[in-house]
Amino acid sequence: MKVAYWPGCVSRGFTPELHGSMAQVAPLLDIELVELDRASCCGAGVIAEHNQELADTLNARTFALAQQEIASGADLMMNICSTCQGSQSECQERLDGNTEYRDHINETLAPEGLTYERGISNKNFLWLMVEEIGLDAIKAKVKRPLTDLRVGPFYGCYIVRPTDRLGIDHENPRDRYLQQLIEVLGGTVVDYAGQYKCCGFPIITMNRDASLKQAGRHLGDAIDADADCLVTPCPLCHLNLDLQQPLAEKVVGRDLGMPVLHLPQLVGLALGLEPKELGMNKHVVRPSSVIDWSTSVVGGVA
Amino acid sequence: MAEYTLKLRRYQPESGEAPYWEEFTIDLDGKRSVLDGILQAKDRQDGSIGIRCSCRAAICGSCGVRINGRPGLACHMHLDEAVERSPDGAIVVEPMGNMPIIKDLIVDMDAVHWKKMQRVTPWLLPDGPPPEREYIVPPESMIDITQTMACIQCGACVSDCLSMEVDPLFIGPAALAKAYRFVGDPRDGQHKERLKDLAEDPHGIYDCTHCFNCIEACPKGVAPMSQIMRLRRIAGSEFEIDDRNNGHRHEMAFVDNIEKNGLLHEADLLPDSYGGKFHPRAVPELVRSLPAILKAVQRGKVTPKKALLHAHKADKQVRRIFDHVHDKDERYELNLYVEGEEDAPEADDSSAAGHTPAERSPNQ
Repeated sequence: MKVAYWPGCVSRGFTPELHGSMAQVAPLLDIELVELDRASCCGAGVIAEHNQELADTLNARTFALAQQEIASGADLMMNICSTCQGSQSECQERLDGNTEYRDHINETLAPEGLTYERGISNKNFLWLMVEEIGLDAIKAKVKRPLTDLRVGPFYGCYIVRPTDRLGIDHENPRDRYLQQLIEVLGGTVVDYAGQYKCCGFPIITMNRDASLKQAGRHLGDAIDADADCLVTPCPLCHLNLDLQQPLAEKVVGRDLGMPVLHLPQLVGLALGLEPKELGMNKHVVRPSSVIDWSTSVVGGVA
Repeated sequence: MAEYTLKLRRYQPESGEAPYWEEFTIDLDGKRSVLDGILQAKDRQDGSIGIRCSCRAAICGSCGVRINGRPGLACHMHLDEAVERSPDGAIVVEPMGNMPIIKDLIVDMDAVHWKKMQRVTPWLLPDGPPPEREYIVPPESMIDITQTMACIQCGACVSDCLSMEVDPLFIGPAALAKAYRFVGDPRDGQHKERLKDLAEDPHGIYDCTHCFNCIEACPKGVAPMSQIMRLRRIAGSEFEIDDRNNGHRHEMAFVDNIEKNGLLHEADLLPDSYGGKFHPRAVPELVRSLPAILKAVQRGKVTPKKALLHAHKADKQVRRIFDHVHDKDERYELNLYVEGEEDAPEADDSSAAGHTPAERSPNQ
């Protein structure tokens, strides 16, 4: 399968291990990544907060660039960031929902020779795995099942709400895909209070304590539910949950030490890749409960 | 008629006992509401079940509860739908969150919801003496605020506000949506004062984390979070309110960052949100973040070179789009709540979020 690939900003910035691990995992799943290297930041909700038309135009441009790739053979557009998924879906809802508005935005794109046509299919890697590749096909590729590894899903906000915008329904239970995937990879799903809550990152510069309290509380809940690690499809959540975890510890007043994996890292481990190839040495909280570093063997709490 | 199991969370604070779950079997048509089910259990099995309700038609806003973990009106969900969404076949009904419980499913709306509503001065403050006859208002501007006027004060959004969960002082979604109802009303004469107040409050408009829970919770489509974003937009762009919470500075630091780089350059975003690397306000913040920064460098997540020099520059087309949109005298905002959404063309079955056309999905 060939995809017009939108990695986003943070996966190439402060969480380079996300983009890196995606590149490692893609060939194992027969995904050909055609990177949209001219596209710009989705705005992460902040550009839309500043000026809705600006965010819609930038994302319409990204969609139009993706549609050029789709016209020349790509199956659909794929992203690896929940925040991109949510922000872009919000813009797409407006662009697809009103022809006059779409035409207006397309006028701005015209000097570059680009047009956005209604109805692009833009899927997060998580959705793509379940809906396009299929859980059975993934199961067949598992080389090193995550036996006894207790994994807590951390969806964050942008990929699960609002449900109608994100196409979550009975037929596509996209808010259960992480659980389904963890099981297929051989792991044990940990049910805990914070899995659909906010990591707090968007207000880190505005209300630092409230922001870190959110991250710290969810990590603590996962520890109380005996999770070995969390997995998230959102690099911004990863920043607050992993990079800022030492600071969150101080705010909530308890030791945490909870490893947080990016989605392609968890998949890559089960498909037989080595932790270092997946950039797991780049995490602030060492994923030692996930990996026995001396032998690089996946196991539970060894 | 069919049998359903309701699992109610019971709690009588004055009893000194902990809350507990109690199951009731009810016998009703699947198209009757969860509220009807609760009332049948109350009527036939246990008259002491506490539930507040009145209209039973999703307009009075009295019966806000959590059904299967999600906030909403008990009268607004069919039993058959609720059972479909339940984890194990029993319909779980709990009181709303973020508010103290008075009894069973009844929460103290006065202590939280109404108090916060008061906080935003929810009445019109016109400038000068009133006109001799009625105020004349253009229809468009009233249509603009109909979305916030649709609020029925049920508290469902307050129940699951994730900012309020960690910061109980947050003014919250319902009250801030109400604030937009007056900021968007041309008859009100205190737009700037209202916005300054809400922007400067450390628990005001910049305390919202964009979690979308309120949008999901609202049974009336008010989309409180979208209203909070509009308040921010007007506070920053129209009134240039430079708040003490770094809210507007963060927004502009982000926008300028993308205009310059095309992709986000995180190493600049943090200091710029505080006014720039060498700003007195930035220094203590950066010092506080230093342990995290050093750890990131140590792990090879960030190299000093990457942090200081950002190789990526915005495509000139991206800069052109920024200039083009910023040069406009008026912002163009599309509100689908007001405009309505066009139906998708028949042949094209992919929805906004990119549903797979059936023929392409191996799972269908």
